[in-house]
Amino acid sequence: MIDVAVVAFAQRQEAAISGESEVEFMVPLMEQAKAAVGLTQSDMGFTCSGSSDFLAGQAFSFVMTIDGTGPVPPISESHVEQDGAWALYEAWVKIQCGGIDTAFVYGYGKSSPGSLRDVLATQMDPYYVCPLWPDSYAVEALAARLMLEGGHVSEHRLAEIAARSRASAASNPHAVRTESKSVAEILAEDYAVDPLRPSDLPAEADGGCAVVLAAGDRARELCERPAWIRGMDHRSDAHTLGVRDLTSSASARLAAHYAAAAGDKVDLAELHGPFTTSEHLLIEALGLDEDSTAINPSGGALAAHTMMASGLIRIGEAASRIWRGDGDRAVAHATSGPCLQQNLVCVLEGD
Amino acid sequence: MSVDRAEARDPLAAPAALAAPVTLPPALAGAEPVESVCTPIRMTYTYTPGRALSRYLRAMADKRILGERCPATGQVFVPPRGVSPLAGTAISEVVELPDTGYVDSFNITRVPIERRPDLKPPYCSAWIVLDGASAGFLGLVINIAPEEVRIGMRLRAVWKPAEELETSAANILGWAPTGEPDEVITDYERIGRIEADPT
Repeated sequence: MIDVAVVAFAQRQEAAISGESEVEFMVPLMEQAKAAVGLTQSDMGFTCSGSSDFLAGQAFSFVMTIDGTGPVPPISESHVEQDGAWALYEAWVKIQCGGIDTAFVYGYGKSSPGSLRDVLATQMDPYYVCPLWPDSYAVEALAARLMLEGGHVSEHRLAEIAARSRASAASNPHAVRTESKSVAEILAEDYAVDPLRPSDLPAEADGGCAVVLAAGDRARELCERPAWIRGMDHRSDAHTLGVRDLTSSASARLAAHYAAAAGDKVDLAELHGPFTTSEHLLIEALGLDEDSTAINPSGGALAAHTMMASGLIRIGEAASRIWRGDGDRAVAHATSGPCLQQNLVCVLEGD
Repeated sequence: MSVDRAEARDPLAAPAALAAPVTLPPALAGAEPVESVCTPIRMTYTYTPGRALSRYLRAMADKRILGERCPATGQVFVPPRGVSPLAGTAISEVVELPDTGYVDSFNITRVPIERRPDLKPPYCSAWIVLDGASAGFLGLVINIAPEEVRIGMRLRAVWKPAEELETSAANILGWAPTGEPDEVITDYERIGRIEADPT
Protein backbone atom coordinates (compact mmCIF):
# COMPACT_ATOMS: atom_id res chain seq x y z
CA MET A 1 0.00 0.00 0.00
CA ILE A 2 1.33 3.43 -0.99
CA ASP A 3 1.09 6.11 1.72
CA VAL A 4 -1.12 8.93 0.45
CA ALA A 5 -1.87 12.17 2.29
CA VAL A 6 -4.20 15.13 2.02
CA VAL A 7 -1.83 18.10 1.69
CA ALA A 8 -4.04 21.03 0.62
CA PHE A 9 -7.67 22.07 0.92
CA ALA A 10 -9.80 25.09 -0.03
CA GLN A 11 -13.54 25.54 0.34
CA ARG A 12 -16.39 27.99 -0.11
CA GLN A 13 -19.96 27.56 1.13
CA GLU A 14 -22.75 30.14 1.08
CA ALA A 15 -26.52 29.93 1.38
CA ALA A 16 -26.76 30.85 -2.33
CA ILE A 17 -24.14 31.86 -4.88
CA SER A 18 -26.32 33.50 -7.51
CA GLY A 19 -23.97 35.85 -9.37
CA GLU A 20 -21.32 33.32 -10.42
CA SER A 21 -21.38 30.21 -12.55
CA GLU A 22 -19.91 26.99 -11.14
CA VAL A 23 -16.62 27.37 -13.00
CA GLU A 24 -16.38 31.04 -11.99
CA PHE A 25 -16.55 30.24 -8.28
CA MET A 26 -14.47 27.07 -8.55
CA VAL A 27 -11.42 28.62 -10.30
CA PRO A 28 -10.31 30.62 -7.22
CA LEU A 29 -10.71 27.51 -5.02
CA MET A 30 -8.73 25.37 -7.46
CA GLU A 31 -5.97 27.99 -7.59
CA GLN A 32 -5.96 28.40 -3.81
CA ALA A 33 -5.54 24.66 -3.14
CA LYS A 34 -2.77 24.27 -5.72
CA ALA A 35 -0.97 27.44 -4.60
CA ALA A 36 -1.02 26.27 -0.96
CA VAL A 37 1.52 23.57 -1.92
CA GLY A 38 3.14 25.47 -4.79
CA LEU A 39 1.81 23.18 -7.53
CA THR A 40 0.21 23.87 -10.88
CA GLN A 41 -2.09 21.68 -12.96
CA SER A 42 0.86 20.29 -14.92
CA ASP A 43 2.21 18.84 -11.64
CA MET A 44 -0.95 16.79 -11.08
CA GLY A 45 -0.75 13.10 -11.99
CA PHE A 46 -4.52 12.77 -12.02
CA THR A 47 -7.58 14.99 -11.65
CA CYS A 48 -11.00 13.81 -10.48
CA SER A 49 -14.21 15.69 -9.67
CA GLY A 50 -17.68 15.09 -8.25
CA SER A 51 -20.82 17.01 -9.23
CA SER A 52 -24.35 16.46 -10.50
CA ASP A 53 -26.15 17.49 -13.68
CA PHE A 54 -29.44 17.28 -11.77
CA LEU A 55 -28.38 20.21 -9.58
CA ALA A 56 -27.10 22.27 -12.49
CA GLY A 57 -30.09 21.41 -14.69
CA GLN A 58 -27.64 20.88 -17.56
CA ALA A 59 -26.30 17.82 -19.31
CA PHE A 60 -22.53 17.33 -18.98
CA SER A 61 -22.30 20.37 -16.73
CA PHE A 62 -19.01 19.11 -15.27
CA VAL A 63 -17.26 19.58 -18.62
CA MET A 64 -17.50 23.37 -18.27
CA THR A 65 -15.87 23.22 -14.86
CA ILE A 66 -12.94 21.20 -16.23
CA ASP A 67 -12.05 24.42 -18.12
CA GLY A 68 -11.01 25.81 -14.73
CA THR A 69 -8.35 23.17 -14.12
CA GLY A 70 -6.26 24.30 -17.11
CA PRO A 71 -6.75 21.13 -19.16
CA VAL A 72 -4.21 21.97 -21.91
CA PRO A 73 -1.81 20.22 -22.47
CA PRO A 74 -4.33 17.36 -22.07
CA ILE A 75 -4.71 16.03 -18.54
CA SER A 76 -5.55 12.62 -17.09
CA GLU A 77 -9.05 13.24 -15.77
CA SER A 78 -12.19 11.54 -14.46
CA HIS A 79 -15.55 12.54 -12.96
CA VAL A 80 -18.03 10.88 -10.61
CA GLU A 81 -21.73 11.77 -10.35
CA GLN A 82 -21.20 11.57 -6.59
CA ASP A 83 -19.95 13.67 -3.74
CA GLY A 84 -16.31 14.73 -4.25
CA ALA A 85 -15.31 12.27 -1.51
CA TRP A 86 -15.84 9.48 -4.04
CA ALA A 87 -13.69 11.39 -6.51
CA LEU A 88 -10.99 11.44 -3.81
CA TYR A 89 -11.42 7.67 -3.44
CA GLU A 90 -10.88 7.20 -7.18
CA ALA A 91 -7.79 9.41 -7.06
CA TRP A 92 -6.45 7.43 -4.08
CA VAL A 93 -6.95 4.16 -6.01
CA LYS A 94 -5.24 5.73 -9.03
CA ILE A 95 -2.21 6.62 -6.91
CA GLN A 96 -2.19 3.06 -5.49
CA CYS A 97 -1.92 1.81 -9.10
CA GLY A 98 1.49 3.48 -9.25
CA GLY A 99 3.16 5.84 -11.67
CA ILE A 100 1.90 9.11 -10.14
CA ASP A 101 2.47 10.79 -6.79
CA THR A 102 -0.01 13.67 -6.89
CA ALA A 103 -3.72 14.09 -7.59
CA PHE A 104 -6.14 16.99 -7.70
CA VAL A 105 -9.70 16.46 -6.48
CA TYR A 106 -12.70 18.78 -6.33
CA GLY A 107 -16.42 18.67 -5.72
CA TYR A 108 -19.06 21.35 -6.08
CA GLY A 109 -22.78 21.90 -6.21
CA LYS A 110 -25.14 24.78 -6.75
CA SER A 111 -28.56 23.58 -5.64
CA SER A 112 -30.16 27.03 -5.28
CA PRO A 113 -31.36 27.32 -8.94
CA GLY A 114 -33.77 24.39 -8.45
CA SER A 115 -35.82 22.82 -5.69
CA LEU A 116 -33.34 20.49 -4.00
CA ARG A 117 -36.09 18.52 -2.25
CA ASP A 118 -37.60 17.72 -5.66
CA VAL A 119 -34.26 17.10 -7.36
CA LEU A 120 -33.41 14.51 -4.69
CA ALA A 121 -36.66 12.65 -5.42
CA THR A 122 -35.18 11.73 -8.81
CA GLN A 123 -32.51 9.57 -7.15
CA MET A 124 -35.26 7.18 -6.02
CA ASP A 125 -36.59 4.19 -7.97
CA PRO A 126 -37.87 5.67 -11.27
CA TYR A 127 -40.98 3.45 -11.59
CA TYR A 128 -42.35 2.90 -8.09
CA VAL A 129 -41.09 5.81 -6.01
CA CYS A 130 -40.00 8.82 -8.04
CA PRO A 131 -43.44 9.31 -9.71
CA LEU A 132 -44.79 9.96 -6.20
CA TRP A 133 -42.21 12.79 -5.78
CA PRO A 134 -41.18 11.97 -2.22
CA ASP A 135 -39.70 15.05 -0.61
CA SER A 136 -36.18 14.29 0.68
CA TYR A 137 -36.97 15.73 4.14
CA ALA A 138 -40.14 13.62 4.37
CA VAL A 139 -38.16 10.49 3.45
CA GLU A 140 -35.71 11.16 6.31
CA ALA A 141 -38.68 11.86 8.60
CA LEU A 142 -39.89 8.29 7.95
CA ALA A 143 -36.58 7.03 9.31
CA ALA A 144 -36.73 9.51 12.20
CA ARG A 145 -40.20 8.26 13.21
CA LEU A 146 -38.95 4.66 13.25
CA MET A 147 -35.95 5.68 15.34
CA LEU A 148 -38.00 7.70 17.84
CA GLU A 149 -40.87 5.24 18.27
CA GLY A 150 -38.51 2.27 18.39
CA GLY A 151 -36.62 3.90 21.26
CA HIS A 152 -33.38 4.20 19.27
CA VAL A 153 -33.13 7.93 19.90
CA SER A 154 -35.00 10.70 21.75
CA GLU A 155 -36.01 14.15 20.55
CA HIS A 156 -33.83 15.52 23.34
CA ARG A 157 -30.81 13.69 21.93
CA LEU A 158 -31.51 15.06 18.44
CA ALA A 159 -31.79 18.58 19.88
CA GLU A 160 -28.42 18.09 21.61
CA ILE A 161 -26.82 17.19 18.28
CA ALA A 162 -28.38 20.27 16.64
CA ALA A 163 -27.22 22.55 19.49
CA ARG A 164 -23.67 21.15 19.31
CA SER A 165 -23.52 21.75 15.56
CA ARG A 166 -24.65 25.36 15.96
CA ALA A 167 -22.12 26.00 18.75
CA SER A 168 -19.22 24.51 16.77
CA ALA A 169 -20.23 26.31 13.57
CA ALA A 170 -19.94 29.69 15.29
CA SER A 171 -16.15 29.58 14.75
CA ASN A 172 -16.36 28.23 11.18
CA PRO A 173 -16.35 31.08 8.61
CA HIS A 174 -17.72 28.68 5.96
CA ALA A 175 -20.76 27.60 7.97
CA VAL A 176 -24.19 28.89 6.98
CA ARG A 177 -26.16 28.15 10.15
CA THR A 178 -24.19 29.61 13.04
CA GLU A 179 -26.82 31.15 15.29
CA SER A 180 -26.51 29.53 18.69
CA LYS A 181 -29.57 27.82 20.19
CA SER A 182 -30.04 25.88 23.42
CA VAL A 183 -31.52 22.39 23.55
CA ALA A 184 -34.66 23.87 25.14
CA GLU A 185 -34.97 26.46 22.36
CA ILE A 186 -34.60 23.77 19.70
CA LEU A 187 -37.20 21.55 21.37
CA ALA A 188 -39.55 24.56 21.39
CA GLU A 189 -39.33 24.86 17.57
CA ASP A 190 -42.45 23.86 15.63
CA TYR A 191 -41.99 20.70 13.59
CA ALA A 192 -40.91 21.30 9.99
CA VAL A 193 -41.56 17.75 8.77
CA ASP A 194 -42.96 16.00 11.84
CA PRO A 195 -41.06 14.55 13.74
CA LEU A 196 -38.15 16.68 12.44
CA ARG A 197 -37.73 20.30 13.53
CA PRO A 198 -35.98 23.02 11.45
CA SER A 199 -32.77 22.50 13.48
CA ASP A 200 -32.81 18.80 12.56
CA LEU A 201 -32.58 19.65 8.84
CA PRO A 202 -29.43 20.55 6.87
CA ALA A 203 -28.61 24.21 6.18
CA GLU A 204 -28.54 23.93 2.37
CA ALA A 205 -25.67 25.75 0.68
CA ASP A 206 -24.03 26.37 -2.69
CA GLY A 207 -20.28 25.98 -3.01
CA GLY A 208 -17.44 23.59 -3.48
CA CYS A 209 -13.99 22.55 -2.39
CA ALA A 210 -10.65 21.45 -3.81
CA VAL A 211 -8.10 19.03 -2.37
CA VAL A 212 -4.56 18.02 -3.29
CA LEU A 213 -3.35 14.47 -2.57
CA ALA A 214 0.31 13.48 -2.55
CA ALA A 215 2.13 10.22 -1.93
CA GLY A 216 5.10 9.36 0.27
CA ASP A 217 8.10 11.69 0.16
CA ARG A 218 6.29 14.08 -2.17
CA ALA A 219 3.69 14.65 0.56
CA ARG A 220 6.46 15.34 3.10
CA GLU A 221 8.05 17.89 0.73
CA LEU A 222 4.76 19.70 0.20
CA CYS A 223 3.35 19.70 3.70
CA GLU A 224 4.94 20.04 7.13
CA ARG A 225 2.52 17.59 8.70
CA PRO A 226 0.66 15.60 6.03
CA ALA A 227 -2.70 14.05 6.92
CA TRP A 228 -2.03 10.45 5.93
CA ILE A 229 -4.93 8.34 4.70
CA ARG A 230 -4.52 5.21 6.84
CA GLY A 231 -7.71 3.50 5.75
CA MET A 232 -10.57 4.17 3.38
CA ASP A 233 -13.61 2.16 2.34
CA HIS A 234 -17.08 2.79 0.94
CA ARG A 235 -20.19 0.61 1.09
CA SER A 236 -23.75 0.84 -0.13
CA ASP A 237 -27.08 -0.28 1.33
CA ALA A 238 -29.96 -1.42 -0.88
CA HIS A 239 -31.59 1.19 -3.11
CA THR A 240 -35.11 0.20 -2.05
CA LEU A 241 -35.88 1.90 1.28
CA GLY A 242 -38.44 -0.80 2.15
CA VAL A 243 -35.85 -3.56 2.45
CA ARG A 244 -33.54 -1.56 4.74
CA ASP A 245 -33.43 -1.16 8.50
CA LEU A 246 -33.59 2.63 8.66
CA THR A 247 -32.83 2.67 12.39
CA SER A 248 -29.18 1.77 11.84
CA SER A 249 -26.60 2.07 9.08
CA ALA A 250 -25.17 -1.29 8.06
CA SER A 251 -23.12 0.18 5.22
CA ALA A 252 -21.53 2.86 7.44
CA ARG A 253 -20.64 0.20 10.02
CA LEU A 254 -19.02 -1.99 7.36
CA ALA A 255 -17.11 0.91 5.76
CA ALA A 256 -15.81 1.91 9.20
CA HIS A 257 -14.73 -1.70 9.83
CA TYR A 258 -12.76 -1.97 6.59
CA ALA A 259 -11.26 1.50 6.97
CA ALA A 260 -10.16 0.40 10.46
CA ALA A 261 -11.76 3.46 12.01
CA ALA A 262 -11.97 1.80 15.44
CA GLY A 263 -8.97 0.78 17.47
CA ASP A 264 -6.73 3.67 18.46
CA LYS A 265 -8.16 6.81 19.97
CA VAL A 266 -10.01 9.07 17.54
CA ASP A 267 -9.32 12.72 18.34
CA LEU A 268 -11.96 14.12 16.04
CA ALA A 269 -14.59 12.99 13.59
CA GLU A 270 -16.09 14.95 10.71
CA LEU A 271 -19.36 13.21 9.86
CA HIS A 272 -21.48 13.94 6.80
CA GLY A 273 -24.83 13.64 8.52
CA PRO A 274 -27.26 16.00 6.76
CA PHE A 275 -29.86 15.43 9.52
CA THR A 276 -29.49 15.13 13.31
CA THR A 277 -30.89 11.62 12.92
CA SER A 278 -28.16 10.69 10.45
CA GLU A 279 -25.43 12.09 12.71
CA HIS A 280 -26.80 10.00 15.60
CA LEU A 281 -26.76 6.82 13.49
CA LEU A 282 -23.24 7.55 12.25
CA ILE A 283 -21.79 8.01 15.75
CA GLU A 284 -23.27 4.62 16.60
CA ALA A 285 -22.20 2.88 13.37
CA LEU A 286 -18.63 4.22 13.50
CA GLY A 287 -18.36 3.25 17.19
CA LEU A 288 -17.33 6.78 18.25
CA ASP A 289 -17.05 7.79 21.90
CA GLU A 290 -18.35 11.34 22.26
CA ASP A 291 -16.39 11.84 25.48
CA SER A 292 -13.00 11.29 23.86
CA THR A 293 -13.74 12.30 20.24
CA ALA A 294 -14.67 15.82 19.11
CA ILE A 295 -17.66 15.28 16.82
CA ASN A 296 -17.95 17.69 13.90
CA PRO A 297 -15.75 20.51 15.20
CA SER A 298 -16.64 22.42 11.99
CA GLY A 299 -20.36 22.18 12.72
CA GLY A 300 -20.70 19.43 10.12
CA ALA A 301 -23.21 19.13 7.32
CA LEU A 302 -26.05 20.43 9.51
CA ALA A 303 -24.34 23.82 9.57
CA ALA A 304 -23.66 23.94 5.80
CA HIS A 305 -24.77 21.26 3.39
CA THR A 306 -23.34 21.68 -0.10
CA MET A 307 -24.55 18.84 -2.27
CA MET A 308 -21.67 16.97 -4.00
CA ALA A 309 -19.05 18.71 -1.81
CA SER A 310 -20.10 18.20 1.81
CA GLY A 311 -18.44 14.78 2.08
CA LEU A 312 -15.14 15.95 0.58
CA ILE A 313 -15.30 19.02 2.85
CA ARG A 314 -15.46 16.63 5.85
CA ILE A 315 -12.17 15.09 4.67
CA GLY A 316 -10.66 18.55 4.15
CA GLU A 317 -11.84 19.79 7.56
CA ALA A 318 -10.39 16.70 9.28
CA ALA A 319 -7.10 16.98 7.37
CA SER A 320 -6.78 20.71 8.23
CA ARG A 321 -6.98 19.85 11.92
CA ILE A 322 -4.22 17.24 11.55
CA TRP A 323 -1.99 19.84 9.80
CA ARG A 324 -2.60 22.29 12.62
CA GLY A 325 -1.90 19.69 15.29
CA ASP A 326 -5.44 19.88 16.71
CA GLY A 327 -5.43 16.09 16.62
CA ASP A 328 -3.34 13.10 15.60
CA ARG A 329 -6.04 10.75 14.38
CA ALA A 330 -9.28 11.73 12.67
CA VAL A 331 -12.18 9.97 11.03
CA ALA A 332 -13.90 11.63 8.07
CA HIS A 333 -17.14 10.35 6.59
CA ALA A 334 -19.19 11.08 3.46
CA THR A 335 -22.66 9.94 2.50
CA SER A 336 -24.78 9.84 -0.63
CA GLY A 337 -28.34 8.79 -1.40
CA PRO A 338 -31.46 8.80 0.78
CA CYS A 339 -31.19 7.88 4.49
CA LEU A 340 -27.42 7.25 4.49
CA GLN A 341 -27.70 4.77 1.60
CA GLN A 342 -23.99 4.99 0.69
CA ASN A 343 -21.19 5.69 3.11
CA LEU A 344 -17.47 6.34 2.80
CA VAL A 345 -15.12 6.33 5.77
CA CYS A 346 -11.60 7.75 5.66
CA VAL A 347 -9.12 7.54 8.53
CA LEU A 348 -6.49 10.29 8.64
CA GLU A 349 -3.37 10.41 10.82
CA GLY A 350 -0.51 12.80 11.44
CA ASP A 351 3.06 11.53 11.90
CA MET B 1 -15.27 -28.27 -23.86
CA SER B 2 -15.17 -24.52 -23.68
CA VAL B 3 -17.69 -22.47 -25.60
CA ASP B 4 -16.98 -18.96 -26.79
CA ARG B 5 -20.10 -17.44 -25.33
CA ALA B 6 -19.54 -14.03 -26.80
CA GLU B 7 -19.40 -15.50 -30.25
CA ALA B 8 -22.37 -17.81 -29.69
CA ARG B 9 -24.67 -15.06 -28.38
CA ASP B 10 -27.22 -13.59 -30.78
CA PRO B 11 -27.35 -9.91 -29.90
CA LEU B 12 -30.95 -9.63 -31.06
CA ALA B 13 -32.31 -12.67 -29.17
CA ALA B 14 -34.85 -12.03 -26.40
CA PRO B 15 -33.45 -12.27 -22.84
CA ALA B 16 -33.83 -15.74 -21.32
CA ALA B 17 -36.29 -14.41 -18.74
CA LEU B 18 -38.69 -13.52 -21.55
CA ALA B 19 -38.22 -16.75 -23.49
CA ALA B 20 -41.43 -18.21 -21.99
CA PRO B 21 -44.72 -16.27 -22.18
CA VAL B 22 -45.45 -14.11 -19.13
CA THR B 23 -48.29 -15.56 -17.07
CA LEU B 24 -50.46 -13.60 -14.67
CA PRO B 25 -51.72 -14.89 -11.30
CA PRO B 26 -55.34 -16.18 -11.53
CA ALA B 27 -56.75 -13.08 -9.79
CA LEU B 28 -55.48 -10.95 -12.68
CA ALA B 29 -56.50 -13.42 -15.38
CA GLY B 30 -58.97 -11.07 -17.05
CA ALA B 31 -56.94 -7.88 -16.50
CA GLU B 32 -55.78 -5.92 -19.44
CA PRO B 33 -51.97 -5.82 -19.40
CA VAL B 34 -50.27 -2.49 -18.77
CA GLU B 35 -48.22 -2.02 -21.87
CA SER B 36 -46.54 1.21 -20.92
CA VAL B 37 -46.39 3.71 -18.10
CA CYS B 38 -45.83 7.42 -18.39
CA THR B 39 -44.10 9.04 -15.41
CA PRO B 40 -43.57 12.66 -16.38
CA ILE B 41 -40.65 14.37 -14.69
CA ARG B 42 -40.53 18.13 -14.77
CA MET B 43 -38.16 20.25 -12.74
CA THR B 44 -37.97 24.02 -12.84
CA TYR B 45 -34.67 25.86 -12.47
CA THR B 46 -34.02 29.56 -12.12
CA TYR B 47 -30.79 29.60 -14.07
CA THR B 48 -28.24 32.31 -13.39
CA PRO B 49 -25.60 32.41 -16.09
CA GLY B 50 -22.79 33.89 -14.00
CA ARG B 51 -20.63 37.00 -14.41
CA ALA B 52 -19.14 36.49 -17.87
CA LEU B 53 -22.21 35.17 -19.63
CA SER B 54 -24.45 37.81 -18.00
CA ARG B 55 -22.19 40.53 -19.44
CA TYR B 56 -22.29 38.83 -22.85
CA LEU B 57 -26.08 38.54 -22.89
CA ARG B 58 -26.60 42.16 -21.76
CA ALA B 59 -24.31 43.39 -24.54
CA MET B 60 -26.27 41.30 -27.05
CA ALA B 61 -29.28 43.54 -26.37
CA ASP B 62 -27.16 46.45 -27.75
CA LYS B 63 -26.00 44.42 -30.77
CA ARG B 64 -22.52 44.14 -29.27
CA ILE B 65 -20.44 40.94 -29.03
CA LEU B 66 -18.17 40.62 -25.99
CA GLY B 67 -15.26 38.23 -25.70
CA GLU B 68 -12.53 37.79 -23.12
CA ARG B 69 -8.73 37.90 -23.33
CA CYS B 70 -6.75 35.21 -21.47
CA PRO B 71 -4.10 36.91 -19.29
CA ALA B 72 -1.76 33.93 -19.71
CA THR B 73 -1.78 33.52 -23.48
CA GLY B 74 -3.46 36.63 -24.90
CA GLN B 75 -6.02 34.50 -26.72
CA VAL B 76 -9.51 35.94 -27.17
CA PHE B 77 -12.48 33.65 -26.52
CA VAL B 78 -16.12 34.19 -27.48
CA PRO B 79 -18.63 33.45 -26.04
CA PRO B 80 -16.94 34.21 -22.70
CA ARG B 81 -17.08 31.84 -19.72
CA GLY B 82 -15.03 33.78 -17.18
CA VAL B 83 -12.16 31.33 -17.50
CA SER B 84 -9.62 30.43 -20.16
CA PRO B 85 -10.64 26.97 -21.38
CA LEU B 86 -6.99 26.21 -22.13
CA ALA B 87 -5.00 27.76 -19.29
CA GLY B 88 -7.70 27.44 -16.60
CA THR B 89 -7.04 31.02 -15.56
CA ALA B 90 -9.80 33.36 -14.44
CA ILE B 91 -10.37 36.09 -17.03
CA SER B 92 -11.35 39.65 -16.26
CA GLU B 93 -10.35 41.52 -19.45
CA VAL B 94 -13.39 42.05 -21.65
CA VAL B 95 -12.83 42.57 -25.39
CA GLU B 96 -15.48 43.95 -27.73
CA LEU B 97 -15.46 42.13 -31.06
CA PRO B 98 -16.87 43.21 -34.43
CA ASP B 99 -19.82 41.30 -35.85
CA THR B 100 -17.68 40.15 -38.79
CA GLY B 101 -15.56 37.08 -39.31
CA TYR B 102 -14.99 34.12 -41.59
CA VAL B 103 -16.06 30.51 -42.04
CA ASP B 104 -13.60 28.19 -40.33
CA SER B 105 -15.62 25.06 -41.11
CA PHE B 106 -19.22 24.31 -42.05
CA ASN B 107 -21.74 21.58 -42.65
CA ILE B 108 -25.00 21.28 -44.58
CA THR B 109 -27.94 19.67 -42.78
CA ARG B 110 -30.48 17.96 -45.02
CA VAL B 111 -32.78 16.40 -42.37
CA PRO B 112 -35.28 18.38 -40.25
CA ILE B 113 -34.89 18.72 -36.47
CA GLU B 114 -37.88 18.12 -34.21
CA ARG B 115 -39.39 21.30 -32.72
CA ARG B 116 -37.31 23.58 -34.95
CA PRO B 117 -39.70 24.38 -37.81
CA ASP B 118 -37.70 27.60 -38.36
CA LEU B 119 -34.73 25.55 -39.60
CA LYS B 120 -35.70 24.48 -43.13
CA PRO B 121 -33.32 21.95 -44.69
CA PRO B 122 -30.99 22.21 -46.38
CA TYR B 123 -29.29 24.78 -44.14
CA CYS B 124 -25.68 25.57 -43.35
CA SER B 125 -24.15 25.67 -39.83
CA ALA B 126 -20.69 27.15 -39.61
CA TRP B 127 -17.87 27.48 -37.14
CA ILE B 128 -17.22 31.20 -37.40
CA VAL B 129 -14.04 32.97 -36.27
CA LEU B 130 -14.81 36.62 -35.50
CA ASP B 131 -12.17 39.18 -36.45
CA GLY B 132 -9.86 39.38 -33.43
CA ALA B 133 -11.01 36.10 -31.86
CA SER B 134 -8.72 33.09 -31.25
CA ALA B 135 -11.43 30.45 -31.52
CA GLY B 136 -14.66 30.03 -33.42
CA PHE B 137 -18.27 29.85 -32.37
CA LEU B 138 -21.38 28.41 -33.96
CA GLY B 139 -23.78 30.22 -36.28
CA LEU B 140 -26.09 29.74 -39.27
CA VAL B 141 -24.99 30.99 -42.68
CA ILE B 142 -27.95 32.68 -44.37
CA ASN B 143 -28.79 34.67 -47.51
CA ILE B 144 -26.81 32.21 -49.65
CA ALA B 145 -27.41 28.72 -51.08
CA PRO B 146 -25.68 26.24 -48.69
CA GLU B 147 -23.77 24.69 -51.62
CA GLU B 148 -21.99 28.01 -52.20
CA VAL B 149 -20.59 28.32 -48.65
CA ARG B 150 -16.82 27.73 -48.43
CA ILE B 151 -14.05 27.86 -45.85
CA GLY B 152 -12.60 31.35 -45.61
CA MET B 153 -15.82 33.10 -46.73
CA ARG B 154 -16.30 36.48 -45.03
CA LEU B 155 -19.53 36.93 -43.02
CA ARG B 156 -21.39 39.63 -41.11
CA ALA B 157 -24.07 39.10 -38.45
CA VAL B 158 -27.71 39.70 -39.37
CA TRP B 159 -29.44 41.04 -36.27
CA LYS B 160 -33.10 41.04 -35.30
CA PRO B 161 -34.90 44.37 -35.75
CA ALA B 162 -34.07 46.83 -32.93
CA GLU B 163 -37.51 46.53 -31.33
CA GLU B 164 -37.12 42.73 -30.97
CA LEU B 165 -33.66 42.71 -29.33
CA GLU B 166 -33.40 40.87 -26.00
CA THR B 167 -30.59 39.73 -23.70
CA SER B 168 -30.22 36.63 -25.86
CA ALA B 169 -27.83 35.05 -28.32
CA ALA B 170 -30.92 34.54 -30.52
CA ASN B 171 -30.60 38.25 -31.45
CA ILE B 172 -28.28 37.10 -34.24
CA LEU B 173 -30.57 35.58 -36.86
CA GLY B 174 -27.64 34.29 -38.86
CA TRP B 175 -24.50 35.30 -40.73
CA ALA B 176 -24.59 36.58 -44.30
CA PRO B 177 -21.71 36.77 -46.81
CA THR B 178 -20.17 40.24 -47.12
CA GLY B 179 -18.82 39.72 -50.66
CA GLU B 180 -15.29 40.61 -49.50
CA PRO B 181 -12.38 38.47 -50.76
CA ASP B 182 -12.04 35.19 -48.83
CA GLU B 183 -9.82 34.96 -45.79
CA VAL B 184 -6.67 33.12 -46.79
CA ILE B 185 -6.03 30.60 -44.04
CA THR B 186 -2.36 29.81 -43.90
CA ASP B 187 -1.79 29.23 -40.19
CA TYR B 188 -3.73 26.05 -39.54
CA GLU B 189 -2.17 25.76 -36.11
CA ARG B 190 -3.49 29.08 -34.85
CA ILE B 191 -6.33 27.62 -32.79
CA GLY B 192 -6.02 25.66 -29.61
CA ARG B 193 -2.33 26.40 -29.22
CA ILE B 194 -0.88 27.21 -25.86
CA GLU B 195 2.75 27.45 -24.91
CA ALA B 196 3.89 24.40 -22.95
CA ASP B 197 4.48 25.12 -19.27
CA PRO B 198 8.07 26.48 -19.18
CA THR B 199 8.69 24.60 -15.90
